[in-house]
Amino acid sequence: MSVDQKMDSSRRTLLFATSAMGGVAAVATAVPFVASLSPSERAKAAGAPVEADISKLAPGELMTVEWRGKPVWVLRRTPEMLASLEKTADKVSDPESAVPQQPSYATNVHRSINPEYLVMVGICTHLGCSPSSKVAAGAEGGMGADWAGGFFCPCHGSVFDLAGRVFKSMPAPTNLEVPPHKYLADTMLLIGDDGKA
Amino acid sequence: MTTKSQALVNWIDERFPLTSSIKGHLTEYYAPKNFNFWYFFGSLALMVLVIQILTGIFLVMHYKPDGTLNAAGIPVAFASVEYIMREVPGGWLIRYLHSTGASAFFVVVYLHMFRGLLYGSYRKPRELIWIFGTLIFLVLMAEAFMGYLLPWGQMSFWGAQVIINLFSAIPFIGPDLALMIRGDFVIGDATLNRFFAFHVIAVPLILIGLVAAHIIALHEVGSNNPDGVEIKKKKDANGIPLDGIPFHPYYTVKDIVGVVGFLILFSAVVFFWPEGGGYFLEYNNFIPADPLTTPLHIAPVWYFTPFYSVLRAVTYPLFGIDAKFWGVVAMGASVVIIAFLPWLDRSPVKSIRYKGPIFKGALAVFIISFFILGYLGVLPPTPMRTLVAQICSVLYFAFFLAMPWYSKLDKCKPEPDRVNFK
Repeated sequence: MSVDQKMDSSRRTLLFATSAMGGVAAVATAVPFVASLSPSERAKAAGAPVEADISKLAPGELMTVEWRGKPVWVLRRTPEMLASLEKTADKVSDPESAVPQQPSYATNVHRSINPEYLVMVGICTHLGCSPSSKVAAGAEGGMGADWAGGFFCPCHGSVFDLAGRVFKSMPAPTNLEVPPHKYLADTMLLIGDDGKA
Repeated sequence: MTTKSQALVNWIDERFPLTSSIKGHLTEYYAPKNFNFWYFFGSLALMVLVIQILTGIFLVMHYKPDGTLNAAGIPVAFASVEYIMREVPGGWLIRYLHSTGASAFFVVVYLHMFRGLLYGSYRKPRELIWIFGTLIFLVLMAEAFMGYLLPWGQMSFWGAQVIINLFSAIPFIGPDLALMIRGDFVIGDATLNRFFAFHVIAVPLILIGLVAAHIIALHEVGSNNPDGVEIKKKKDANGIPLDGIPFHPYYTVKDIVGVVGFLILFSAVVFFWPEGGGYFLEYNNFIPADPLTTPLHIAPVWYFTPFYSVLRAVTYPLFGIDAKFWGVVAMGASVVIIAFLPWLDRSPVKSIRYKGPIFKGALAVFIISFFILGYLGVLPPTPMRTLVAQICSVLYFAFFLAMPWYSKLDKCKPEPDRVNFK
């Protein structure tokens, strides 16, 4: 380009304005692509509540129900198991369940509607592994002789008691989650719907 | 060359830079004459990339990225891998080549990076080669992580569960980001399909682009060598470096020796030890993904374990944000910091041959820490192991962050004018 040619500033301005508009259009085009990464309508709808028949659950026994692709545990606690919650109260980080990890009707010491039956999402609040059941008290589970029963996450070592309350100084920040649920009959549970939402 | 074929070459050269490209990158690309065996690993990495792409193409012909259950109650994706292993003619070989290739890729790349550390290959004027290389390493890790989900076994599922949940630790955007990565509220079919798309299309394209940039940058400035002296400083009357030899035929022939040696070892693993003792293919991954049960011990594949250990070593919350977020930050930083080496090393010499005892000691401590971190990463954590991982993580970062000081203090030997060559 020769030096005597003057820059046409109005054309330059038009060039910048056109490029800027083109840039806006390019960004706007990206929106549906990014949006397509979010859960689809089908995925959002697939959260139907599930029924669980707990009539065959023996005292001290744990059953697992699948709800929204996650394990939900139903544990029928014996009187000894419930008594253990008093012993662990000063060892867990949130004994009163102050953090809303449960519906209001499960915000109590045993973290359930009916003290006997504990209903809980079996996913560690640290990084989402499913803790192993160590519900039997004593040394057999490899958790030490003074073990009162609870759950142990194999991934990063978090320990929970028989109400899903996390012990102090564990990687998991909060207690295990209690899903919304209600009793359709004495031994028939509905998990995922408590008729209140 | 006969006149007819010469005429064809001329015809092409008038339309496409064929002869000049061959000259510029092969027959008249001058590489230092003193390369040792450490210089095999660049060409080997390129060959493993070709192996992965070729075997990958053939695996995609039979693999089905489908997380739903088949009539037998087995996830379709898992069943399709078993189908490849048992019923597709030669399928077992193609799959073992691909799975062993993944581990071989990291072996070769780690050795290639170590070569750079030894001889100061990251120093001026090769900073961009080094940055492209770090990006290749980062993208390779993403590629391996996404590929590992595809067999849809227990380790695939729970490994991805843990790593994706790490992202949810990022303040404010974390939970939504994790949701976007998964495409569902739990890891499922949506996650599997998008990881498949990234693993076979998006990430390989980025990888190939970065490899091209890495090589173009290399051929612009020329290779470093074990003495760390610039061969371009001493040229003959024709402008050819005195210590340079044409890449072809000298180094093509030499690299073929490296390829043969590599293929002997590689074939031994593929045919006799494809599971690599549970490190190349983890045993729990022979169990179909089960969202309701986590295996009793989960560990990442061996090539991620040093960085996984750094992640787990961070156990203190800071500024009111969860420890797991800082773990993610530390893990990311431990990879990204490698890219800053060109500006951290203030030593007057490039090669370890002329560096002093402080750098040699620091490098030894760094490598030992890296191996210990890698070893701890496959083990379940105990308070003692966490403490060791914390010490090794500090040493890992200290190697980089203290380098501007100790590399200046070091008593270096004078560099020679010309390369050493016997």
